[in-house]
Amino acid sequence: MIEIKDLHKSYKMGSNSLHVLKGINFKVEEGELVAIMGSSGSGKSTLLNILGMLDGADSGEYTLDGVPIKNLSETKAAQYRNKFLGFIFQSFNLINYKSALENVALPLYYQKVPRKERQEKAMKYLERVGLKPWADHLPSELSGGQKQRVAIARAMAAEPKVLLADEPTGALDSTTSYEVMDLIQKINDDGNTILVVTHEEDIAHMCKRIVHLKDGVIVEDKKVEQVRAEQYV
Amino acid sequence: MWLFDKDLWIEIFHTLGKNMLRTFLTMLGVIFAMIILVLLLGSANGMSNGFNKLFAGTASNSLFVWGQSTSEPYKGFERGRRIRYKLEDADILKKQIPEIEVLAPRIELGNHRGVVTVYRNGQTSGSAVYGDFPEIDNITKKKLVEGRFLNQTDIEGSKKVCVIGEETYKLLFDKGEKAIGEDIRINGIYFSVVGIYKPNNNINIDGENAVFIPFTTFQKAFNSGDRMGWMAIAVEERTPVPVVEKQIKDILKLKYDIHPDDERAIGSFDLSEIFNNITAFTTVLKGFSFFVGIFTLLAGVIAISNILLITVKERTQEIGVRRALGATPKIVKRQIVLEAIVLTAFAGLVGFAIAVGILSILDAMFGSGDDFPFVKPMISVSQFIVSFVLMVGLSVLIGLLPANRAVRIKPIDALREE
Repeated sequence: MIEIKDLHKSYKMGSNSLHVLKGINFKVEEGELVAIMGSSGSGKSTLLNILGMLDGADSGEYTLDGVPIKNLSETKAAQYRNKFLGFIFQSFNLINYKSALENVALPLYYQKVPRKERQEKAMKYLERVGLKPWADHLPSELSGGQKQRVAIARAMAAEPKVLLADEPTGALDSTTSYEVMDLIQKINDDGNTILVVTHEEDIAHMCKRIVHLKDGVIVEDKKVEQVRAEQYV
Repeated sequence: MWLFDKDLWIEIFHTLGKNMLRTFLTMLGVIFAMIILVLLLGSANGMSNGFNKLFAGTASNSLFVWGQSTSEPYKGFERGRRIRYKLEDADILKKQIPEIEVLAPRIELGNHRGVVTVYRNGQTSGSAVYGDFPEIDNITKKKLVEGRFLNQTDIEGSKKVCVIGEETYKLLFDKGEKAIGEDIRINGIYFSVVGIYKPNNNINIDGENAVFIPFTTFQKAFNSGDRMGWMAIAVEERTPVPVVEKQIKDILKLKYDIHPDDERAIGSFDLSEIFNNITAFTTVLKGFSFFVGIFTLLAGVIAISNILLITVKERTQEIGVRRALGATPKIVKRQIVLEAIVLTAFAGLVGFAIAVGILSILDAMFGSGDDFPFVKPMISVSQFIVSFVLMVGLSVLIGLLPANRAVRIKPIDALREE
């Protein structure tokens, strides 16, 4: 699904440049649930940004579902993001003046899905994350866990190839975190490919594979026995 | 066609609707600008209409010609010779100059602008007495208070009838007294009053105290023969009056042996000049109003752009999320520009409605008055369309500013900002 070869990325900081990613090689198969771990500054967010086509790599190859991702124009990147990727952010990033349903329907709007179909689909995914009764509520009327579940529904609404979660539990307490992880595991059980960036060990162990980043290189890449989040809920 | 995409409009109205206060504040500038523009233009139009009303009934493309004294000796004649026209001149001029539409000869009793004593039942009035043809009414329309003006039957029958001015009536009759059918005496001859006129507020050629009698009656009663005092001439609309004026003078100079360079022998007054001045004045006024209004509007639209620029900064995160979810730069740009257009257009319409309301009130207050030239102050459809198109055009150009700012936001930067 995802294939990365010798990925480099550096940022210019005034006169000197900061080499953040120093040759990443990495492959994700369909249906995997991968945790990307590392302390801050290890380059995990940069990697996720590149995977999410929010940022470009300096050199190296990136193939997503057989499509080479290289030298994308802003327009093309936006279209690919919409088609291939679903984003889940630490701070949820819901549009605060849109209801839960409208937020979930937004990626479908950019896919030019007709309105009625859009609403139905959005409702379907809201139901799946258990928030159907909150469909007309604004984000400000929802709890943190509910917000993240709306965000997950939104990420899934466009039926992307890969879900990218950047510290999805970073802003949540542990109980709510496990609820969210439970949801992510269930989505993965249905065969969706998911990448989770986290620095929390317990969250990482709820994935099926952990990739450890340190100083811009992968230091460890192991399959783990998945801890089901269900038991903590 | 994306313009008819319902979802796009829902998205835009949704965004604007959810930020009511911001939307309203943004619009204020344009609302006021539109009010000012429409009020200025409307008032200028009102003045223009007012002048038109004031001069209604006066043929604007007309002139008056009368005889004076020569100032140059010519062909054996000494200077200072009095020029007296003959009635036949009217026909000669009409025949030779096809541009003349109406030519009304007139003769007055006594000297030019002279005054004759008019008697009635022991009351007297010093009035100007004119012998006229009914055609004069086509050049300077008389506002009749009562009765009628001279007509063709009066001319053909040389009837002893007269039309008197309101001032004359006041001097000769008691207040409220019936004048129509009563006789007044001029130089020992009795004339029956058939009409009373009110002086126009416009250019007053005849004075307020005057008596009009049929030309033919004048000839017989006062034994004036074929003499003619002066001519009121209406010129065909497309021909400039000075052109005809020169032709008339050339013909008359030849006929009466006047030196070609003698400027004083023939007196004339070009009425169109006054009208041209007034037209020029109102045109300049309109142009100026439009100029001021459009720049006010520009300032209003810039204010919208400014606030949108700020809100784009505020909405960085939102725009970043939209981009991450698949909004292309084009879509983001289009949304911001359309927000600018919708804001401007809506604000413009609101301002327009308010201004039209104010103009209607002004019209109700001043519009019917005779003295103040302010009638139907309203902007024309074409003025409205021009200013509206201009306003929306500007908003597109100026909406591009915040739109480009929005596009320059990289989703990654936007999402990082928390």
